[in-house]
Amino acid sequence: MAHAYTPGLKVTERAVIRKTRRLPLLGEVLVEKGAAVSPDTIVARTNIPGNPQTVNVANALGVEPEDIVDFMKVKQGDSIKKGDILAEYKSFFGLFKHTVTSPVDGIVEMISTVTGQVTLREPPIPIQVDAYIDGVVEEVLPREGVIIRTEGAFIQGIFGVGGETQGVIRVAVEGPDDVLDAPQIRPDDCGKIIVGGSLVTAAAIKKAAEIGSRGIVAGGIIDSDLIEYLGFDIGVAITGHEDVPVTVIITEGFGRMRMANRTFELLKRLEGFTASINGATQIRAGVMRPEIIVPGYQAQGVTQEQDLSQGLVPGTPIRIIREPYFGKLAEVVDLPPELQVIETEAKVRILRAKLTDGTIVTVPRANVEIIEA
Amino acid sequence: MPEEKAAFKLDREITSVLATDCGSTTTKAILIEKVGDEYRLITRGEAPTTVEAPFEDVTAGARNAIREVEELTGKTLLDEKGVITPRRPDGSGVDIYMSTSSAGGGLQMMVAGVVKTMTAESAARAALGAGAIVMDVIAVDDGRKPHEKIQRIRQLRPDMILLSGGIDGGTITHVVEIAELISAAEPKPRLGIGYKLPVIYAGNKDARPHIKNSLGEKTDLRVVDNLRPVLEKEVLGPAREEIHNLFMEHVMAQAPGYNKLMTWTPVPIMPTPGAVGICMQTASKEYDLSVIGVDIGGATTDVFSVFGEYFNRTVSANLGMSYSICNVLLETGVANIMRWIPFDISEGELRNRIRNKMIRPTTIPQTLDDLIIEQAIAREALRLAFIHHKSLAVGLRGVHRQRTIGDTFEQTGSGETYIDMMELGLLIGSGGVLSHAPRRVQSAMMLLDAFQPEGLTMLAVDSIFMMPQLGILSTVHEKAAMQVFDRDCLIKLGTAIAPAGPNGSAREGDACVKVELEVDGQKIVEEVPFGSMKRIPLEDGKKAKAIIHPTRQFDVGKGYGHTLETTVNGGVVGVTVDCRGRPLTIPEDKAQRNKKLVEWFVAMNMYPEELLKKYAEV
Repeated sequence: MAHAYTPGLKVTERAVIRKTRRLPLLGEVLVEKGAAVSPDTIVARTNIPGNPQTVNVANALGVEPEDIVDFMKVKQGDSIKKGDILAEYKSFFGLFKHTVTSPVDGIVEMISTVTGQVTLREPPIPIQVDAYIDGVVEEVLPREGVIIRTEGAFIQGIFGVGGETQGVIRVAVEGPDDVLDAPQIRPDDCGKIIVGGSLVTAAAIKKAAEIGSRGIVAGGIIDSDLIEYLGFDIGVAITGHEDVPVTVIITEGFGRMRMANRTFELLKRLEGFTASINGATQIRAGVMRPEIIVPGYQAQGVTQEQDLSQGLVPGTPIRIIREPYFGKLAEVVDLPPELQVIETEAKVRILRAKLTDGTIVTVPRANVEIIEA
Repeated sequence: MPEEKAAFKLDREITSVLATDCGSTTTKAILIEKVGDEYRLITRGEAPTTVEAPFEDVTAGARNAIREVEELTGKTLLDEKGVITPRRPDGSGVDIYMSTSSAGGGLQMMVAGVVKTMTAESAARAALGAGAIVMDVIAVDDGRKPHEKIQRIRQLRPDMILLSGGIDGGTITHVVEIAELISAAEPKPRLGIGYKLPVIYAGNKDARPHIKNSLGEKTDLRVVDNLRPVLEKEVLGPAREEIHNLFMEHVMAQAPGYNKLMTWTPVPIMPTPGAVGICMQTASKEYDLSVIGVDIGGATTDVFSVFGEYFNRTVSANLGMSYSICNVLLETGVANIMRWIPFDISEGELRNRIRNKMIRPTTIPQTLDDLIIEQAIAREALRLAFIHHKSLAVGLRGVHRQRTIGDTFEQTGSGETYIDMMELGLLIGSGGVLSHAPRRVQSAMMLLDAFQPEGLTMLAVDSIFMMPQLGILSTVHEKAAMQVFDRDCLIKLGTAIAPAGPNGSAREGDACVKVELEVDGQKIVEEVPFGSMKRIPLEDGKKAKAIIHPTRQFDVGKGYGHTLETTVNGGVVGVTVDCRGRPLTIPEDKAQRNKKLVEWFVAMNMYPEELLKKYAEV
């Protein structure tokens, strides 16, 4: 393939963002094309069939499955309430009576004379999808959902946990090198998205959760702190469904890692704005990265759009994403076309880059990412 | 013969074949042509798969990959309609085009049966063999309460369900009970909102009317022959065939661009792992050897085995080198990874490195330390995947074995694995970490450490992972597929001689095996003690007469202490004499272990010796 580099993460103050909001099953779309929506606007809803319950009537009455119809007090399609008698068996001229009652409200869906099971269906469960961001309905997907369009600032993280939420951004540290620890979390951070620098500690996440903060954004996190917060270890890179009080987004990687200046500076400019964030990450085909969206943010002044169509060129700002220079920021100096042998003896395409301290290093092109702006 | 055959039959001689595999990230095209009397790989091309947004059309990626082939060969293979077939007099086009696919998550199935270790296990084997990822196995006795099973069925959105249970003429109650649970759950398919979920019923034929009653309305029900018509027999063919049909009708038809791709080829598109399985079976037949193959990817590790007439495939869905690399760490533990690393690294540092590989999966090791760590994780992923495989590659449980296909199998009791490491003749590795290791001997060592073959075993790696394309090709032209497989696909690493034992106690340094090789009139004699390794060069394509004398504590296939006379094949690594014992033991003590690892690395010439010096003085 032509460009052997990792496409970088988006960090931009001016982007057109489209979000598809789709129901899990066919249902009803509640908004029209062109309608303005806010994060809590319900855009579509449906009912998923209620939870089924099975009751083995044959076992409960001690009769053969094929005989249960003789003892049923309800028939298929009947509505029932919890405690209603489903079946009754009398013996010894009515002296002994066994009954089977319904454990739930619902309807009788099926009476099986093969297994002796009766399937009861609880009332349907309503499911609704909200808009998640401020924006305008650009397209209606009939019976499925909508596509919402907005313009504003857009930042992608590298990894996150926790789902969609909204809050006002507050930068809690001085610089991108600083650690976000518990003392930096204030009582008025309730409902906010707190921005740290190079690291967020387990104590900081714990305090943010106690106070009622919605989210945390930081450069790095220590692996064991993440496990402590979640209460379990993550094996597969698919996240977003964790039942956690605070959505956590890291922008650089695991370990203490200085947040890229560009990301930190933009987050500083976004302080005080309301953001929609999502920690969901999926690293495989159809890669999904965690995101911070600030709809309606007006970029200050004119920013020069970066031309990334050429991929890596001398001067491209990059981040090195593998040992031995992991996390270091640099600028491409030279891109020799021929394959070169590296320490492992692999023959790969490399580049030479200048680190921020002026050192020139050689790195496989696969081990860098462009810092997009 | 492989039991699943594509419906297509060739009616003419072909001299050129274009085949693609649309993987989840990359689409790979290969061009095969008849050169003289042989079919050979001419060239290959690849491009990113385009199933996902913004393209949402698999043919765009296929076209890009084929265009690379066009550029490299100067031939015209595509026109506006697709691949040009048959070949035209002006030389453009190919005689036949075909494709496999695992894009968009591949084929994801749920299977259900009555007894977990019997019909449900047979159903799982049928699904895995057809190339599916099995998301869950539901059975009457799986330990979950009915409402928990229903909840699970509802949560999963598989592409299809395979339901089995009961022998023909047996009780119908239990299989109908499972059908009722599925009916109650009202499961929805992963793709195609609003479509009915396909359910294949392959259970007791007497239960069919009741199954239709439960599932006929709510699902797209297909009925095929019982996969366990009697307890002693497993018939997986009809179920696998229906899985392939439904894969085409439902999964492929819903995936973006596949309707167009299907018009390019007369051969039904096949799930990638299903095609690899067919390739392994054909290879086993061709070489007359028992074969184990492994494909270690970013998210999953597939293991295939063919022993006699038994073919098995398992997919360890969460053991891989990128997307699920942290799960390898989770399942095996830090200590098991550390035992393959001959230098000190803190647990925290190792964990952070593995996590960073997970979130940036396309990066490659730049330092030797990093390479050794990555290969250590690969050993553990392979080892765990193989344990998983052995647990499913078993004889039918609950019956006295009545099959008489050879001594090996007669000894296998009910429910025991029929993977016999002494019987194994060929071990094939594929996937980035094995196919692209900087030195081939590193791949050989990863295979030896993870699988621990015994006696004599040929080791090989798939050079560019073209087994899927060769698998589907073998269904229409077996000879062409096998010629390319042998000459262009496999990189033969050579023969491993690994004495089993010690039978009793042996100390490191005790005599283990004496190997006499005769090649081109020259005699090589090596005595290798217990605990050591030796690499004897023998080029690819060369054969050597071998007389192998194990000491009485060790066995190379003829029994403890018995001499084996045979022929061994060369390869890019040569002949490896692995006297570390089976099961392989690694010193517990860290210093001792580091020393031993470096000693093996040096003996095998695995890494640059200069760099190894920093780990230990040898």
